[in-house]
Amino acid sequence: MSAIPETSMPTAPVTARTSRLSRERIRSAWLFLAPMLIVLAGVALYPLYRTIWFSFTDASLDLLGEARFIGWRNYLEYVDYGNGDGEWFGLLADPRWWRSVWNTVWFALVSVSLETAFGLVIALVLHKKFPGRVWVQAAVLIPWAIPTIVSARMWAWMLHDQFGIVNDMLQRLGLIDAPVAWTASPETAMIAVIMVDVWKTTPFMALLILAGLQMVPKDMYEAARLDGVPPIRLFRKVTLPLIMPALLVAIVFRALDALRVFDIVYVMTPNTDATRTMSVYARENLFDFDRFAYGSAASTLLFFIIALITIGFIYATRMNLEGDER
Amino acid sequence: MASVELKNVCKSFGSVEVLRDVNLSLEGGEFVVFVGPSGCGKSTLLRLIAGLEDITDGELMIDGERMNDVLPAKRGISMVFQSYALYPHMTVFENMAFGLEQAKLSPDEIKARIAQAADMLQISEYMERKPRQLSGGQRQRVAIGRAITRQPRVFLFDEPLSNLDAALRVDTRLEIAALHKRLADTTMIYVTHDQVEAMTLADRIVVLNAGNVEQVGTPLELYANPASQFVAGFIGSPRMNFIGGEVAAGHGAATFGIRPEHVDLSRDKGLWKGTVRLTEALGSDTFAHVDTETAGMVNVRLAGAERIGEGETVFLTPQTEAVHLFDDAGWPVRKAKAA
Repeated sequence: MSAIPETSMPTAPVTARTSRLSRERIRSAWLFLAPMLIVLAGVALYPLYRTIWFSFTDASLDLLGEARFIGWRNYLEYVDYGNGDGEWFGLLADPRWWRSVWNTVWFALVSVSLETAFGLVIALVLHKKFPGRVWVQAAVLIPWAIPTIVSARMWAWMLHDQFGIVNDMLQRLGLIDAPVAWTASPETAMIAVIMVDVWKTTPFMALLILAGLQMVPKDMYEAARLDGVPPIRLFRKVTLPLIMPALLVAIVFRALDALRVFDIVYVMTPNTDATRTMSVYARENLFDFDRFAYGSAASTLLFFIIALITIGFIYATRMNLEGDER
Repeated sequence: MASVELKNVCKSFGSVEVLRDVNLSLEGGEFVVFVGPSGCGKSTLLRLIAGLEDITDGELMIDGERMNDVLPAKRGISMVFQSYALYPHMTVFENMAFGLEQAKLSPDEIKARIAQAADMLQISEYMERKPRQLSGGQRQRVAIGRAITRQPRVFLFDEPLSNLDAALRVDTRLEIAALHKRLADTTMIYVTHDQVEAMTLADRIVVLNAGNVEQVGTPLELYANPASQFVAGFIGSPRMNFIGGEVAAGHGAATFGIRPEHVDLSRDKGLWKGTVRLTEALGSDTFAHVDTETAGMVNVRLAGAERIGEGETVFLTPQTEAVHLFDDAGWPVRKAKAA
């Protein structure tokens, strides 16, 4: 037992063996990653590359194969009329495009803020134990479980200016005198879309925040009880900082979704300047106006705007998370 | 000097009764350890005193004042949690100041109290660090420091050493003992499942078993005169030998108990003949597990590094005055007279 085995390994072969082992591990890692990478390249990278390519051509829907490279003309082009006069054309000079960028950002900002606030409240309520909590949890999730097209259609009917139940109820309650054309009037269209999105997506936020709340150790609250910390200070000083990472992830998810919003706007308020988002604008040009290259340029910009906002948000919040020395 | 008194305290969670009619009277400045196996209700008892759980029935008095319906923060207690319960997003200083700010102390007073506690526990240099940047032992000190700054009447410890490694546990145990000496006026209640911690720290030990108080007494009282077979088995390491059958029947009992250190071993004569099956040499002691014909397996302590071969035939004789006899319900029978 005590004798040292004669075949004890010299040092050099041992390192050779471990490095061969780790080489093998790296190789099998690539092997397992390969299918995912190939599929991702096929369904994400290639379409993205094609879109960017088309945005530099004069492609139209029926002449995709004969697309010619035209440089930045879809984005920005100065046309000289020869008489000392000229005009800017292209996406970057199109006020309709900038209007839809603004619509999208406004929509994302307001809807995500409201969803975060309501989601937080709902999550805090659901985090408490009360009889029938499971049922309430299930009920809260219903709006999120309904397909967007269905709920958008449903709300469009409910908000209908002549036959909608919302106008009927508000009139009976005496809150409005005449029916409001919620989705058709430019003043209320965005409000209607945001309201429906908040109704639909708050459960998702609530669920993610609830998961964050459940990660907070119970003894944190017990220590605070011994210190006699009142509920509001407890929430501000203990709960909120501890769920902040989960909250930020939820906000990034939602912001990404909101910036590409399409279905709810397209179904509820088609063809309105008041609610046209970047996605709706791109689709219009791609397929309705037969300006495929121009639509591709819009899609490309949409991609970069979302990427920039997301990267900026992640960067800013990480700074916040780590740089909390005060 | 805050006395703590529990009168017929009961605790149920739904239909599950975890504590039954607990009566305890702790003097001010005493160090009392609640000890028992897991699930015996010792932590629940501590949480009742802290106010983290409601008392189902009975009364809790601190300094003669009824505490049943007093908020935890108003009871004049501090608690050190098993997991330390430090706020991970706050620095050590902020962790210690959080409760004091709540108590509306002046910033100068807060600084003074924290500086004093930090000094006592040698954590002054970590004040600006986050808990995650500290080792387990340092976190433990911060948790104790946070409890000290509140200047409590009663100090509660909930298994504070269970997350530390063995060497650190011994050091911290000594520090807690030293802390008790410095804060001589503060009553301390300490929960553990480790009987060594209980024996070394306590002025008095409360042994709990399945929601009942089995015995209350000084460490040596419990060791010398266990009030039940459970206490006899729980206090003392390694545990007492329990021998049934003929040996016990010969003394008119169901169980014959003798501690390993109270059995004499001889190579040529004695009461029980047996064969050594296994030895554990710890340096200061050696424990021999002897398979005897009449008494079954008996664990014997040999002083020092006395060598004894496995497989050797030996004779064992229990020291008459150290024998404990129990009936079949585990209650003590009159002391044995002669072997």
